[in-house]
Amino acid sequence: MSEQYVLQMQHIMKIYGNGVVANEDVSLNLKKGEIHSLLGENGAGKSTLMKVLFGIEAPDSGKIILNGEETTIKSPMDAISKGIGMVHQHFMLVPSLTVAENIILGTEPTNGLFIDMKKAVEEARRIAEQYNFDIDVTAKVEEIPVGVKQKVEILKALYRGADILILDEPTAVLTPQETDELFVQLEKLRADGHTMIFISHKLDEIKRICNSATIMRNGRSMGTYDVSEISTDDMSKLMVGREVVLTFDKKPPVLKDVMMRVKNLTVHNSQGVLKVDNLSFELRGGEILGIAGVEGNGQSELINTITALNKSYGGEVFIKDADIRKDNVKAVRELKMGHIPEDRMTSGCAGNLSIRENMFTNQYDAPEYSGKFLLKTKALAQRAAELVKEYLVKCKNPEQNVGMLSGGNIQKVIVAREFSTNPDIIIANQPTRGIDVGAAEFIRRRLLEYRDAGCAVILVSADLNEIFSLSDRLAVMYKGKFAGLFTDVASVTEEQLGQYMLGLRHDEEVAV
Amino acid sequence: MSAEKKFEVFRLFFSIVIALLVSFALIFMVSKQPIAAIVALITGPFKSGRNLANVVEAMIPLIFTGTGVCIMFSANQINLASEGAFHLGGLVAATLAIKLALPAGISPAVCLIFAAAAGGLFTALPAILKIKTGASEMVASLMINYISLWLCTFVLMHVILDPAAGAASFPLPKTSKLVTLFRGTRIHFGLIIALAVAVLGYVFLYKSKIGYELRIAGSNKQFAEYSGIDIVKVILLSQLVGGAVAGLGGGVEILSPIYSRFTWTSLLGYGWDAIVICTLAKQNPLKTPLAALFLAYLRTGASIMARTTDVTLEVVQITQGVIILLAVAEQFLSKTKHRIIAREAKAALRKEEVA
Amino acid sequence: MLRLFLSPDFLIAILRSTTPILFATLAAGVAAKAGICNMALEGIMLFSALFGVIFSNLTGSWLAALLLTCVCGGIIGLVLAFFVLNLKTDEILAAIAINLTATGGTVLLLLAFSGDRGSSTFPTVSAPAFGGVNIMTVLSLIMVAVMHLFLYKTPLGLQIRSVGENKNAAESVGIKSIRIQYIALILSGVLCACGGYFLSGGYMNSFTKNMQSGRGFIALAASEMGANTPVGGFLVAMLFGVAQAVGNQLQLTSIPVELIQMIPYATTLIGLAVFSYIVRKRKEKLANG
Repeated sequence: MSEQYVLQMQHIMKIYGNGVVANEDVSLNLKKGEIHSLLGENGAGKSTLMKVLFGIEAPDSGKIILNGEETTIKSPMDAISKGIGMVHQHFMLVPSLTVAENIILGTEPTNGLFIDMKKAVEEARRIAEQYNFDIDVTAKVEEIPVGVKQKVEILKALYRGADILILDEPTAVLTPQETDELFVQLEKLRADGHTMIFISHKLDEIKRICNSATIMRNGRSMGTYDVSEISTDDMSKLMVGREVVLTFDKKPPVLKDVMMRVKNLTVHNSQGVLKVDNLSFELRGGEILGIAGVEGNGQSELINTITALNKSYGGEVFIKDADIRKDNVKAVRELKMGHIPEDRMTSGCAGNLSIRENMFTNQYDAPEYSGKFLLKTKALAQRAAELVKEYLVKCKNPEQNVGMLSGGNIQKVIVAREFSTNPDIIIANQPTRGIDVGAAEFIRRRLLEYRDAGCAVILVSADLNEIFSLSDRLAVMYKGKFAGLFTDVASVTEEQLGQYMLGLRHDEEVAV
Repeated sequence: MSAEKKFEVFRLFFSIVIALLVSFALIFMVSKQPIAAIVALITGPFKSGRNLANVVEAMIPLIFTGTGVCIMFSANQINLASEGAFHLGGLVAATLAIKLALPAGISPAVCLIFAAAAGGLFTALPAILKIKTGASEMVASLMINYISLWLCTFVLMHVILDPAAGAASFPLPKTSKLVTLFRGTRIHFGLIIALAVAVLGYVFLYKSKIGYELRIAGSNKQFAEYSGIDIVKVILLSQLVGGAVAGLGGGVEILSPIYSRFTWTSLLGYGWDAIVICTLAKQNPLKTPLAALFLAYLRTGASIMARTTDVTLEVVQITQGVIILLAVAEQFLSKTKHRIIAREAKAALRKEEVA
Repeated sequence: MLRLFLSPDFLIAILRSTTPILFATLAAGVAAKAGICNMALEGIMLFSALFGVIFSNLTGSWLAALLLTCVCGGIIGLVLAFFVLNLKTDEILAAIAINLTATGGTVLLLLAFSGDRGSSTFPTVSAPAFGGVNIMTVLSLIMVAVMHLFLYKTPLGLQIRSVGENKNAAESVGIKSIRIQYIALILSGVLCACGGYFLSGGYMNSFTKNMQSGRGFIALAASEMGANTPVGGFLVAMLFGVAQAVGNQLQLTSIPVELIQMIPYATTLIGLAVFSYIVRKRKEKLANG
């Protein structure tokens, strides 16, 4: 039975140092010459499984059987030598080198001391031709389009003799045309006997190109299916779901005035790709608007625009009747907006400064904390001590560097800072990502308290549990639009949500 | 004090000890009278009141440039132009003193204000270039140091040169000089300015709104952006203020009783010393007098050693170099660091269990 | 006057002034290509200038002295690499430390070696010159070509460039980036040592303290302005040579020598700004597709 499989990963278990169980008894069986989809939400454990396969992480238990023989993969180099290649989502290319140089890097053909450039170009051409890749191998990588860069990544792996190719969300950065081209190539590779693992959330693409699919959820495998025999609805049902149902004894919302109005908002990213597509909605005091969706569907761009971090957009954003087009971050914050950023370490704090110093970046200007020129250090120290107590930040004292705290406590410092100004609007972007249960629970309760006090809250989260239990209204973002909007959150099933998130359903005119 | 801070102090102390041991070893290698040399180096400054006074005199310019560099580096700008700013400050003060010949009391004040202004504008140049073109502020600051040197030499040779005195300016008028604080020494009013600058520098950096903004921007630019801090403004301002302090230092130095004419025709190295001071003071201006005292003590000791034995002054620079190398090496003593922190963590755990 | 500037003697003078800076520029370039800013060139050059005279005095051979000096330069590069790559010292602070150590260390070593204070007085053998052109000048020009070939035509050169540009990409194909950076810094030390050697064994015939006088820093700027390529660096280094040689000639005229001395620094500063601006615009263009 096992002879038909080119690769088997059996009962893989991986627990990270911080106690997170990323893979719990996951198995993956690849047949030779198939495109096998690995499907799952962000954080479902796909990347960890692939890191184990590519020798970046060592599994805590489980077996890897390659071509019928049990093996261990110690490093990426080891993986490459065993015929496993990986096409990373963030390209591993050297921009100023040519395509050929990138392909041969590390295994340069030489004649004497020098690189045999002619041979290198020939070999690159040969491999490109062999797999029907139409690439100018003498072009510099920095000058070629994204789609071509991806082809170079694939060629790099093939040049190193990869039989099994891992493709990590290969279409995430591609235009539809480039995606079509890629699929043609992948089909040729399959015909050629290569086996591929295709990581994606896009069900239509999986239907188009994959033979079988292993679906992961919360670090576990939900089974392997023949793609032709499973419906996209079933796939989404298996993929999206929550394990434990959290309940908060939530009072019904008491709606107040409109706090934010977004009209026909359109945002392009720096590469010119449309990320927010003619989006309109209103937000009232006293409600939590949850925004669900697979990452990369425009959530970050939406948040950056309504917090004035991004200033190039079409349409209008009003906060409390004020158009923020000309306002900078500071001016918008002065409209009493609190913002919990998506990534706490890159933009939420300064790790080498103290807890106290991290707590007042949004309010040191206030008369109680500073005069014209000087800070009122006593008032700041006192308030910092109060906040540490109130928000249960586990630390020795407020003078400790934030970087020394655990993720949950860092997040509490950020939340304390953003909530302590008594905001009228709170933008919470992944407020509990990657932190311990206790801290997450604490932050969620705080959000509810503020909502009960009349604060308007936007909650962007990949944690469906959180979205379901906190939201008064729930929007699902897909390709820059609200594909669906639910006012009766309790009646929404996970199944429905999954269908909206994965683009299987969208309501025509979403009136928000 | 946290384990982390305890370790930092320990590492600094340990680095200084190693650096001194290295210097002693070198002295043994080069000298025929090593013990006498080491004794002179260590105890020399204590031997006489004059020697002690020399330590204090040597400290003054170091406090200025040290504080300036603390401010500039806090904004995460590797701007090495304090060297040139110091030089330029000295020239501006000397030129104004000679050319304006203002009355006593007013003259030093005017000279020093312009010295500071010149220094500030000077160090802002690399920052402006960085903001406008993306040119490395580090490389640009190295270049403008030499521009400063030659510009100052040009002014010396063509504007304030005393033809009767070789490569030196006309004598600086008595009215422009800073007063001596203690009779029989050359410790001058500049000491008071220097200490004030260290304190004000501390207040600026750690107690003021703008200092807060600039340290946030210096430690995490993206966080500063997200917080709504105007990064360009704080970077420019930090380089202006830091350079002004260095320029002021140059002015104070040339108006001190140590000089009677402007004679600088090569860079003096105070900018580099400032980086040692800034490293020792951990970017805290309040600690720069202490760090400056340490360096000045070593210097004075070394010059006494050079006078009385066969070892040269330059041994100090090796000591400085070794201190920097070890004090900022993150992985140096990293095992000890883990031990200290682990021990503390265990102690905290035990305390919790008891409670 | 014009005739003077066009004479072969003047060209030789330019090359002579260019030589030490050129070596250091090549040294800065190879380190920068590996992703490290080697500000310690100043100190390495000074150390090498001293080692040059000492070894030449000891061996009586200019070639042996050059080779030994190169070994020492390589060792300093190794020390820098150890601190920066293994002990994670900030590369700028590590360089400042090495430079300070060089300033003091050379004076002390000279004292220990010969009892001389500040300038060497013992006999040395300088590198030979042919028709006024020192062999080190010839070597520096050859090294431009050699470094170009090395960086752009050999496997190691390709790996150095890829480590400097995208460490992750290099490591993803099994290149050990730390090893490559070690090699680049050692090579940088060796190249810079050639420049230092020439200062006291050709340009001058003895050692004087601080005789490098900023050439290491100039090299850093020259290399950056020349996009860290050997040929680009060579052209910018020549600019310094020209300015210095012109300066030496103009000292006989009424034009203030200080202003002439300033020209190379000012030119580099402006050149650097223009160059950086172009690079930034180009990057923006590439990022926007």
